[in-house]
Amino acid sequence: MASIHQLQRIATQVRRDILRQVHAVNSGHPGGSLGCTDFLTALYFHTLKHTPVPFEMDGNGQDLFFLSNGHISPVFYSVLSRSGYFPVDELKTFRKLNSRLQGHPTTHEKLPGVRMASGSLGQGLSVAIGAALSKKLNNDNTLVYTLHGDGELQEGQIWEAAMYAAAKKVDNLIATVDANGQQIDGSTDHVLNLGSLEAKWQAFGWDVLHMDGNNMESVVSTLETAKSHTGKGKPVVILMKTEMGSGVDFMMGSHKWHGVAPNDEQLAKGLAQLEETLGDY
Amino acid sequence: MTAPFTYTDQQDTRSGFGAGLLELGRKNPEVVALCADLTGSLKMDAFEKEFPERFFQVGIAEANMIGIAAGMTIGGRIPFTGTFANFSTGRVYDQIRQSVAYSGKNVKICASHAGLTLGEDGATHQILEDIGLMKMLPHMVVINPCDFNQTKAATLAIAEYEGPVYLRFGRPKVPNFTPADQKFEIGKAVLLKEGKDVSIFATGHLVWKALKAAEALMEKGIDAEVINIHTIKPLDEAAVLASVSKTGCAVSAEEHQRHGGLGDSIAQVLSMKLPKPLEYVAVNDSFGESGTPEELMVKYGLDTSDIVKAAEASIARK
Repeated sequence: MASIHQLQRIATQVRRDILRQVHAVNSGHPGGSLGCTDFLTALYFHTLKHTPVPFEMDGNGQDLFFLSNGHISPVFYSVLSRSGYFPVDELKTFRKLNSRLQGHPTTHEKLPGVRMASGSLGQGLSVAIGAALSKKLNNDNTLVYTLHGDGELQEGQIWEAAMYAAAKKVDNLIATVDANGQQIDGSTDHVLNLGSLEAKWQAFGWDVLHMDGNNMESVVSTLETAKSHTGKGKPVVILMKTEMGSGVDFMMGSHKWHGVAPNDEQLAKGLAQLEETLGDY
Repeated sequence: MTAPFTYTDQQDTRSGFGAGLLELGRKNPEVVALCADLTGSLKMDAFEKEFPERFFQVGIAEANMIGIAAGMTIGGRIPFTGTFANFSTGRVYDQIRQSVAYSGKNVKICASHAGLTLGEDGATHQILEDIGLMKMLPHMVVINPCDFNQTKAATLAIAEYEGPVYLRFGRPKVPNFTPADQKFEIGKAVLLKEGKDVSIFATGHLVWKALKAAEALMEKGIDAEVINIHTIKPLDEAAVLASVSKTGCAVSAEEHQRHGGLGDSIAQVLSMKLPKPLEYVAVNDSFGESGTPEELMVKYGLDTSDIVKAAEASIARK
């Protein structure tokens, strides 16, 4: 199991991968990807009980992760490849014709590590509940994790799922909300104010935790706490405060880098802030 | 079958689904059922009673139901979702598209109260677009059985098939004429009556009406062939082409919009491979309304007499 220092070094490489992927095709979503890098790095290199090879769709006896906000595929692909699901070199094919690394993640091209297509928002929590129910039927005591954007919580299906998970005591489920306060058209406060996320999830009957999503120690320890809260009759949600664009100074503090790729100069400037720790693909 | 066509009893196709689901529960431990607050209407109550641990009541939240079903396939389960056809398709189209069809998940979407024969509840619930919506999704299998026995057999058959399926059935009691022991083969049309003058391709509740139309046509000296297209996708092209090669003209009959239904599927095959006249018996770009099923079928042109007229029109165009 990786130490905090090792996780931080992996995260630096993942951030490089994100910038290089979106730059190469001049498209993709770097902002949210950078913000969720520490979380996904901690999850895949520290928290999850998983077997990348051979990849098994059913994942019996393994923890499962579902990315509901599929647009942050660059960070997902980087972390999956860096943890061994597929060759790191394949990141070169991101968003290109005939690639398994589609703009949004899919099972359709059979990319190892992906168990459900996502992109159209709001569907991942329901899917994760289904997988969690399947685990219960199979007497499989591993866990199911999800990640959602905060803007995504504007989709009604999320709240159908939230109501169901609490009412039916789906307590082998840990959802995380990337609370970066940003979405395409601006801040969440501006577009459609989410109100108190803590009050909402609590009212829906969830066990609510908080963490600083861009502090590796906070991420690792909160995920451990979340695990210890499972199996107690309530689903668990982590409200994760992050900064969109985290790790690249000129991408932070704004929604502008939600879905825009850096140009050559911006790429160089960004990479200069991120040490190459594992070797670029 | 030979005329006059007879049936053993009258039953609703949804009860055929319920009976099939119960039998599946006993045969296959991987089968699970989900319902959005319509357990009695879908006849899923017997399954719920016998297998409570494999039955999932999701409440009035169909989008969530489809997502949960998709997720349950991970771990090996075979989920059957149940609600009205309207809420099984139009309401959850994007969930089916992304989480089931594109993701290639082994979910069986089972839809009752399809079409006009839902009756008095009116157009909000009478979906006539569902076949079109579902057949446009890549690799989605679309099945519309004709009676109790065939719906039960179809329910059993789709559990053996790996992949997404849309199974459409209805509310009213209708003649039950398919032999109880007839095996259901996905994508294999059933020739019910041979004939040489016109091919009538019918699906769902219109199959019995097509047989009655064939009787009426016989009295007029017209020898109609009647084929039950229970699987709209994949369509049994060979059966369509073989029949029309012989008869030289065709009629399609369905409880669905003319746009995007069975008729269009047959028209595509004929126009590409065997250009011959085709007349549609279908709802013509209209919503339904409240009324008894019988009244509605007459008003919207889906009655036996409408099939007779369409057959004559198709023959006249040869």
